[in-house]
Amino acid sequence: MIEQLTQLETDSDGGELFELRLFVTGASINSTRAIENLKHICETYIPGKYSLEIIDVYQQRTLAESEQIIALPLLIKKMPLPQRRLIGDMSDTVKVLKGLGISH
Amino acid sequence: MSLEFLENPAVPLHALPKTRTGIIGLDEITRGGLPKDRPTLICGSAGCGKTLFSIEFIVNGALSFGEPGVFMSFEEKAEELALNVASLGYDLRKLQTDKLIRVDHVHIERSEIEETGEYDLDGLFIRLGHAIDSIGAKRVVLDTIENLFSGLIDQSILRAELRRLFEWLKEKKVTAIITAERGEGTLTRHGLEEYISDCVILLDHRVANQISTRLLRIVKYRGSVHGTNEYPFLINEEGISVLPVTSLTLEHGVSSERISSGIVALDKMLEGKGFFKGSSILVSGTAGTGKTSIAASFADSVCKRGERCIFFAFEESPQQIIRNMHSIGIDLQSHIDGGLLKFHAARPTLNGLEMHLVSLHKIIQDFDPQAVIVDPITNLITVGSVSEVKSMLIRLIDFLQARQITVMFTALALSTIVSEQTDEGVSSLVDAWLLVRDIESNGERNRGLYVMKSRGMKHSNQVREFVITDGGLNLVDVFLSPEGVLTGSAREAQQLLDVTGVALREHAVTRKDREIERKRLVLEAKIASLREEFESVQDDLNKAYIEDELRKEVMEKNREQMTKNRHNEQ
Repeated sequence: MIEQLTQLETDSDGGELFELRLFVTGASINSTRAIENLKHICETYIPGKYSLEIIDVYQQRTLAESEQIIALPLLIKKMPLPQRRLIGDMSDTVKVLKGLGISH
Repeated sequence: MSLEFLENPAVPLHALPKTRTGIIGLDEITRGGLPKDRPTLICGSAGCGKTLFSIEFIVNGALSFGEPGVFMSFEEKAEELALNVASLGYDLRKLQTDKLIRVDHVHIERSEIEETGEYDLDGLFIRLGHAIDSIGAKRVVLDTIENLFSGLIDQSILRAELRRLFEWLKEKKVTAIITAERGEGTLTRHGLEEYISDCVILLDHRVANQISTRLLRIVKYRGSVHGTNEYPFLINEEGISVLPVTSLTLEHGVSSERISSGIVALDKMLEGKGFFKGSSILVSGTAGTGKTSIAASFADSVCKRGERCIFFAFEESPQQIIRNMHSIGIDLQSHIDGGLLKFHAARPTLNGLEMHLVSLHKIIQDFDPQAVIVDPITNLITVGSVSEVKSMLIRLIDFLQARQITVMFTALALSTIVSEQTDEGVSSLVDAWLLVRDIESNGERNRGLYVMKSRGMKHSNQVREFVITDGGLNLVDVFLSPEGVLTGSAREAQQLLDVTGVALREHAVTRKDREIERKRLVLEAKIASLREEFESVQDDLNKAYIEDELRKEVMEKNREQMTKNRHNEQ
């Protein structure tokens, strides 16, 4: 399950582009919650300024090693730098925003 | 704890299946290894050898037992790990390309991670599962999983997940080692022992009197008997070796074969045959009585028979001993060159007693000698108490006798008085005890040698004078004189005196002989003269007799003539 949710049309206000990768495990509770929560946060705070890649680690098990994955769900903010790693079901919006470096 | 276990690995029915670690000694203590398909906890403070222990478990599994293994490192990177164990001769990179080992470094950086709610450690599970499946691993090491506690905040999630992990490892049918840091008053800092309850091994690194000893103890081993003592272990260039502190079973075989002591006269004191093969011999004496010379002489004779010998020197360097022994005509260098003699010199303070024992074991196992010399055991007292030294020597003797190795110890006696016990109290353990002591008289010191005891043979009860000459060692009968036992120059003087006596006696004898001869001559002369006298008397007597005869004859003739004449006249 790799979903490519790209919403790059509205690249108008010159803001930075968020390149996000979310690692999940199938359809576990934490995973579905994380996807939901993250999508909601992105749509609310950085609409149109992000690309989100959702990866099921079960399907791509070699990624677990190469991406240094331990805890899941894991969100890696590739861009903008610095890279950040967020784990959990993304239910703590304040922490997610802090982790992504979004001021609200 | 019996050494026979390795030779006879027949596991009784229904016994807990075990996985051999291949670590020397550990499989004996655990009677076969770690519990198969279960996790084992190895805990200990920093630098006590946990990582090495677990890497050896993995490498041995891959190389010796055909069981591939996964090493998941939470501390060291794969390259660092490979570099660290390269000194032990393990080529991790090659093992990885051969798909025998998989090393996975888990990097966790607290500052890079933000926790945003509920999570689990599925990533770790997937990662580990993938590693296991990719090479068909039977062994897994998690070193040190506790690092997760510093990387993640939510301890309750972590604990639940770890519990799940260990259960999962069991389901995966892998034998796992989980290492953990030792905590204050607890086995592990984060209480991992709560989750892993099948087998817990504690490693310790203790320093007493500035001497470090590594110790291993099996805290718990569910479903199996195991040794409960603290076992010292050694880390050297060949990895870890644990020394099972063997219980003295006194079951070792004995030999009635005899071997020479290297001193002909000493053999004569021992029924003319020498020591029993595989026996233990103690040579004790005060300083400078030639204990090392006796030992070297023994080593020399062993090597001359073409057998191997190890000389453990705790006092002098090998070069020093070789030089010194050269002066008494013993050439040890040629035996070293010939590969029959091996010196192992170390200061006793190099490491603790137990470590010495472990290293002795290892060297003996590697070289497989027929005879071993420890010179001197007294120096070991500097690194341990008397009872510790004694227990170490008991175990050493036990080990050597089980292998039929003859051992000669030398011990320095501190007092000149012959005590019934040596300082280490080993005299009751050894089979033969030679005592070399100073005999001081007439302003000189000489050496006297006794056989204090020698089990199983008639031995001389006499004191012999022990002389060291350019040509080697010898024993000389002491002289018993009215003044007592004579040694050294007094003995030589007595010997001279005796030679003089002989000469004098011989002289006296010849004078008496001559006198007798003279008397005989005189007597013979007398006899001759008497015979002459007798002959002259005899002659006289004969002369008278013949005259009478002649006269008678003449008168007869005259009468006849006269008768004739008268007839003619008629």
